[in-house]
Amino acid sequence: MKFNKALVAMILAIVMVMGLCTAAMAEDALKMGVIGPFTGAAAIYGNACKYGAQVAADEINAQGGLQVQLLCEDDEHDPEKSVNAYNTVMDQGAQMIVGTTTTTPCIAVSAVAYEERVFMLTPSASSAKVPEGKDNMYQVCFEDPAMGIFSAQIITENSLGSKVAVIYNNADDYSTGIYQNFKTKSEELGLEIVSETTFTDETTDFSVQVTAAKDAGADLVFLPIYYTPASMILQTAKGMDYAPVFFGVDGMDGILAMEGFDASLADGVILLTPFSAFSEDEHTVDFVAKYQAVSGGETPNQFAADAYDAVYALYNASLAAGIDGSTSAEDACEKLIEQFATLQYSGLTGDMTWTSDGKVSKLPNAYVIKDGGYVAYGE
Amino acid sequence: MVSFLRFLINGISLGSVYAIIALGYTMVYGIAKMLNFAHGDIIMVGAYIAFCAMSYLGLPPLVSVLCAMAVCTALGIVIEGLAYKPLRQATKLAVLITAIGVSYFLQNTALLIWSSNPKIFPSVFSVGSLKLFDGNLVITSETVLTIVANIVIMIALTLFTGRTKMGKAMRAVSEDKGAAELMGINVNRTISLTFAIGSALAAIAGVLLCSAYPTLQPTTGSMPGIKAFTAAVFGGIGSIPGAMIGGLLLGIIEILGKAYISTELGDAIVFAVLIIVLLFKPRPRSTTSSPTASPSSPLSPARR
Repeated sequence: MKFNKALVAMILAIVMVMGLCTAAMAEDALKMGVIGPFTGAAAIYGNACKYGAQVAADEINAQGGLQVQLLCEDDEHDPEKSVNAYNTVMDQGAQMIVGTTTTTPCIAVSAVAYEERVFMLTPSASSAKVPEGKDNMYQVCFEDPAMGIFSAQIITENSLGSKVAVIYNNADDYSTGIYQNFKTKSEELGLEIVSETTFTDETTDFSVQVTAAKDAGADLVFLPIYYTPASMILQTAKGMDYAPVFFGVDGMDGILAMEGFDASLADGVILLTPFSAFSEDEHTVDFVAKYQAVSGGETPNQFAADAYDAVYALYNASLAAGIDGSTSAEDACEKLIEQFATLQYSGLTGDMTWTSDGKVSKLPNAYVIKDGGYVAYGE
Repeated sequence: MVSFLRFLINGISLGSVYAIIALGYTMVYGIAKMLNFAHGDIIMVGAYIAFCAMSYLGLPPLVSVLCAMAVCTALGIVIEGLAYKPLRQATKLAVLITAIGVSYFLQNTALLIWSSNPKIFPSVFSVGSLKLFDGNLVITSETVLTIVANIVIMIALTLFTGRTKMGKAMRAVSEDKGAAELMGINVNRTISLTFAIGSALAAIAGVLLCSAYPTLQPTTGSMPGIKAFTAAVFGGIGSIPGAMIGGLLLGIIEILGKAYISTELGDAIVFAVLIIVLLFKPRPRSTTSSPTASPSSPLSPARR
């Protein structure tokens, strides 16, 4: 049974590497639980959040004063495992939660956290269902409906297209949520939708969806989806000599960072996003450099920036409310709810304030992809 | 009509990829009588190796494919030796669960090595495309290559199992493991060889899959793997021509179903087909297969 020992040793080694996240820190540090999918199909989003949060915590700890300790747990994008991860970080002494990264687990965890009175600020779970009916659940990202409405407005105001095709992921709350609100707003504005097709997380072949858009004569294809399927759609459209305007939302951010991606495919793609790693302002440039150091050279996407902002927003609110490492999670929760009513924070993803139902208000920016970079739309 | 043709070609292209993956499933099932659920993940490993060989080492595409085949062959033999061989006498369920474990192990190891960020597979086999009907019908070189590779592999495999000594040993093991052993065939070596061939095929399938659908991530192999398993069952698991026909039909059904019924139900249709086949054809589709074989098809399960 030698091979069994070898296997066990290998698995243990992997577990240990994954455990590096929870590095030991000062006793009286502010403890934030970070929950997201660090492995599995959605790992890319969870890891972006983890590294983004890490950059923020490192910056804060380097300044001195109240320190921050991150307690990271993997949830594999699974609601049950996410609740387990939540229980684990709470057992380790977490006082507030940065997370969870993805929507479906976030809905499950926030229900428990609402009962137990633990404050949650999700970087990226954007469904309207996330904060609904919970006074302690806040978002850093835009809510999906807002994205759909912004998109319809920008397309109409700038006459980007007259016949619109939509390709969305109907297995995904994020994508469906944006699509539904986009559709409602389009009807209101008189924007004609000529083709609506769907796919799921496992889809590899997009020829049917793109053909439907082409055959319907769409001159704009709206893609309220993440960049991985979007890259396949762009490739498929090119193969068919179909060149409409492609319009994406914040999930499109990251497409240029894909290793091996032919950036010319994305030329002319318009996207709405609160964050761009190509932005030249000092704060972003600094963040990108630090993120690359932490993550082993990857370019941060919007998830990373949202998580960075989440840690700072919680930290600023904690300072203002006098929360330190000894405050109980329950007390911290009530104090943070009070703070977030008036909190103003300007971070990587814009100037933010929050409404009492947990939604953020900030403005998205429209960018056009040009020569492998982002250019602000209209410039 | 043109759009129907277009869907048909896309279906054949997708189906050819399923068919090559299904060939690996069928080979292993036919001989070792086990469902190697890690097959889909070996595909993913093959694609990553080819990707690394091309992008980091700058090797030419063909050499990269050979590299991927070599690595996958070794990987297949190692997996078989470490995880499956000790369970040769165990229940089928134990082997099945081990295979699922291996699948997770490969996925998560890939996640550690190559990270979760998707990589875009270079379009090395893209040498232009054929345009018909005023550009309404586009046939890409990847499509043609996939179909040709599929046919070549199927013929080669059929000849191998029918004509060579090792192939005959495989058929004998497939028919009756005990009797084959008594006749002096090294069963363990034969099964290892099957895994080696199956894994080399997986490497080719990985490269073809990623040439046609270029996003490469650690979970890339899992869904095509499951669909190809469906195709193998559809064609009568254990039968080489059956796997090919099953794969092609499944690809066509998937694309046409999406195009004419509903994009939302695409996968549901594929799996509904599996259920219907299992309901009405509980026994493997047998023997209308190879010219070289004796009455039973080269790898069809033992007749009862």
